[in-house]
Amino acid sequence: MGTRRLSGLQKDVLRLYRDCLRAIKTKPEETQHRFRAFARQEFEKNIVSVKRTDVRAIEYMLRVGRRRMEQYMSPNVRDISFI
Amino acid sequence: MALNASLRSTWNLSALRRLAQRGFSTAAVQRMATEKPPNPKTFKIYRWNPDSPTEEPRMQEYKLDLSQTGPMVLDALIKIKNEVDPTLTFRRSCREGICGSCAMNIDGKNTLACITHIPKEEPSKDMLIYPLPHMYVVKDLVPDMTYFYKQYASIKPWLQRKDAPEANKEILQSPEERKKLDGLYECILCACCSTACPSYWWNQDVYLGPSVLLQAYRWMADSRDQHLQERLSQMENAFSVYRCHTIMNCTRTCPKHLNPGYAIAQIKLLMTKN
Repeated sequence: MGTRRLSGLQKDVLRLYRDCLRAIKTKPEETQHRFRAFARQEFEKNIVSVKRTDVRAIEYMLRVGRRRMEQYMSPNVRDISFI
Repeated sequence: MALNASLRSTWNLSALRRLAQRGFSTAAVQRMATEKPPNPKTFKIYRWNPDSPTEEPRMQEYKLDLSQTGPMVLDALIKIKNEVDPTLTFRRSCREGICGSCAMNIDGKNTLACITHIPKEEPSKDMLIYPLPHMYVVKDLVPDMTYFYKQYASIKPWLQRKDAPEANKEILQSPEERKKLDGLYECILCACCSTACPSYWWNQDVYLGPSVLLQAYRWMADSRDQHLQERLSQMENAFSVYRCHTIMNCTRTCPKHLNPGYAIAQIKLLMTKN
């Protein structure tokens, strides 16, 4: 009731966001809120600029996003700062 | 050396005599060398900018005067980047066909831009330059090779031994054993063959592709390697090797004139024998 049917692509985007949130759990507790804000900002950046039917662009961003997440997942990355 | 010098001097003498007969001054000869008749050619190059992912990829036209350009496609690309459009992006390094950075699709064939001549016979024909087919594009002519390198790492491309050699002793190899590696070790991993293979286009996630398989065979054929069984059992599935349907685009396109198709056949042979 009241739940929207999501397209496969929308599910992929949500899956990436969920994976990001899970990966943040492995970071030191005192920096986690910064990582969380960063991930959210990166996703919100493109919400307005990209049309939801522009599958090619969204798929490209998903690939880039996943690769960046893998980079940030390295245990050497302990904190993050951003504008 | 002496022979060389005498050859050069005779050439110089006869050339000078010929020029003297025609009544050319040295200044005129120098001018001729720099002022060749203009020879325009159009290059159509694939452009795509990741900073604006909502924009479609497009073909951009560049007109060059071939009389002022080096003979290779890479010379033309570098000239465009230096003098016409600095935003054009491509990989290049050695400019002599040994690093494999400038692999791209030129006039429909995967090859290295640095060892491909700009055809002079049909100057009116446009030259089409695309990135390697069926690879994700990072920008313009730069493909994303991450997965390709991951596949290469998965075959463990290094010498694996069960027993270590004695201290300060090399692992020796007979000339015949060394000969088996000819035609394998020359591979520069430019990925021209893999991206020319239809099987690799459709099954990039499971099929290793000719380039990586050639490397896999290079380590199987090495007499110093002792992990043949492990290497073979890693390939023991329907996809890693057996997606090769001997289409042989790999051998046709290889810019180093190697034969990945033959190496894959050798792997299949080893698999049936063991």
